[in-house]
Amino acid sequence: MGWFHRRGWRDLIIGLPYLWLVLFFLVPFAIVIAMSVATKTPTAPPFSFGGAHPWVNLSTYQRLLTEPLYLRAFLISLTNAAATTLFCLGLGYPMALALTRVSRASRNILLMLVILPFWTSFLLRVYAWMGLMGKSSWFNQGLTSAWNWLVPADWAVTSLPLMHSNFAVVLVMVYTYLPFMILPLYASLERLDPILDEAALDLGSRPWQVFLDVTLPQSVPGIIAGGLLVFIPAAGELVIPTLVGDAATPMIGRVISDQFSQARDWPMASAVAVALLALMVGPTMLYSHYQARAEGTK
Amino acid sequence: MTRRPTFLLSVLAFGFAFFYVPILSMMVYSFNASRLATVWGGFSTKWYGALMSNSQVGEALLLSLKIALVSSTLATILGTLAGIALVRFTKFRGRTLFSGLVTAPLIMPEVITGVSALIFFLLLAGWIGWPAQRGFTTITLAHVTFSMVFVTTIVQARLLQSDRAIEEAAMDLGTRPWGVLWDITLPVISPAILSGWLLAFTISLDDVVITSFTTGPGSTTLPLLIWSKVKLGVTPDINALATLMVLAVGLGVAVAGVVMNRAEARRLADERLAYRAQG
Repeated sequence: MGWFHRRGWRDLIIGLPYLWLVLFFLVPFAIVIAMSVATKTPTAPPFSFGGAHPWVNLSTYQRLLTEPLYLRAFLISLTNAAATTLFCLGLGYPMALALTRVSRASRNILLMLVILPFWTSFLLRVYAWMGLMGKSSWFNQGLTSAWNWLVPADWAVTSLPLMHSNFAVVLVMVYTYLPFMILPLYASLERLDPILDEAALDLGSRPWQVFLDVTLPQSVPGIIAGGLLVFIPAAGELVIPTLVGDAATPMIGRVISDQFSQARDWPMASAVAVALLALMVGPTMLYSHYQARAEGTK
Repeated sequence: MTRRPTFLLSVLAFGFAFFYVPILSMMVYSFNASRLATVWGGFSTKWYGALMSNSQVGEALLLSLKIALVSSTLATILGTLAGIALVRFTKFRGRTLFSGLVTAPLIMPEVITGVSALIFFLLLAGWIGWPAQRGFTTITLAHVTFSMVFVTTIVQARLLQSDRAIEEAAMDLGTRPWGVLWDITLPVISPAILSGWLLAFTISLDDVVITSFTTGPGSTTLPLLIWSKVKLGVTPDINALATLMVLAVGLGVAVAGVVMNRAEARRLADERLAYRAQG
């Protein structure tokens, strides 16, 4: 077994991070779960246990399942996250594949260029799109001219309503999460042996058939890893819908934040949070399953 | 490959345009003389001047750097310990819960982490009177908690690759546990610790959501300052600020990349020499 199994050392190494995570992660989270079955009151802090509903009050969950606001927000979040994942895959897969086909020297530079936006401020990347999508920007005006040229004259507009739309939310989410898709895809595609491609070509497969039969099946772990790295944060996104989204199509992150800060309904904010996490558990299990399998084959 | 993959390369070019056109456009418009942020009104550097004379920006940047420095250092210590614990101690009571606790913050949506941290601090203030006011301390505590697990992930991966035999040899030769940790384990995982620290630092410096829930009156970090301005729309001074930040980060990453490439090349050359000397 090896080194320092002396009790003092061992306890310190395990104990310090353990204690920290229990105190500052597990306890707050347990409070949120407890809060989701509390009763909202007009006091400060705005909740209580007991009263008309002794200890466990499930009416918050009942409202969650019956009031259309919440169901709709969940639906919008999941749809937006799924759309973001699909667009990231559609754009990221050919990009990752192209990165495996360029020379080694330019590959390193290009990979750095994929990662670089990731190091710059997330908020400013969202902000950059706010500038582009605004009514009078060169980008919006360029797209507007293209639109007016393509469609019949009576559909012509002075500018496209890009900002404050669900379209903008998905576009900016694709923009910010694309590196999360490209990097795991690249990692799994880079490991493939080009000899397999050549063998398939020699045996008379057409290039797209080689892709479908040889490359694609071998990159499934990369697709799943990238997909979840995009889907999970996209489903709970708060900043992007707040800045470029439309108030009529709220995402779930916005609902949690609004219920907490504006409606001061702590039990409801907590119940929505618990429900969102419950929805995330499935995809996460899938992810760790594939991670474990990918590590097993290495 | 005999054929040039034209389709793939054009998608790649489109992808890079998609990545960089918004950022470049923002940088160009930071030199816009017009107050209207998206209509070009001639070249000017006045927004940089306005930025320099705005003391709020400097204060916010300073606070952000302080929080990032303290939280990333604590996160690196705790995260490294957690990584060592998970890889080197395969059996201890509560290990399953511990490895769950190390993974969960990675997938927890930031809103939920933020809300639960705020509820925790508010209730704690009611029960034991601390924290009386939210600010530097509460933000730092929250940042440590969600960034330490990134350090753990990196350190864990590095430890799994490293050779246990060296540690065992040192133990057999009579090195004390502290000596093994200090002379062998830590040097072996030092690149992972460094990249973990860098990642924790960047995450902390960049965070908006969790900070916005754990901050208090008077504690405005740079992302919070930008957030409050950006919510109102596009303004030219934010373009200038963004340009400076992108340039600083780009320069930092480029320098780090060159340094790491050189170190890697030197290591490879040394290894090659060593093998040649043996054979």
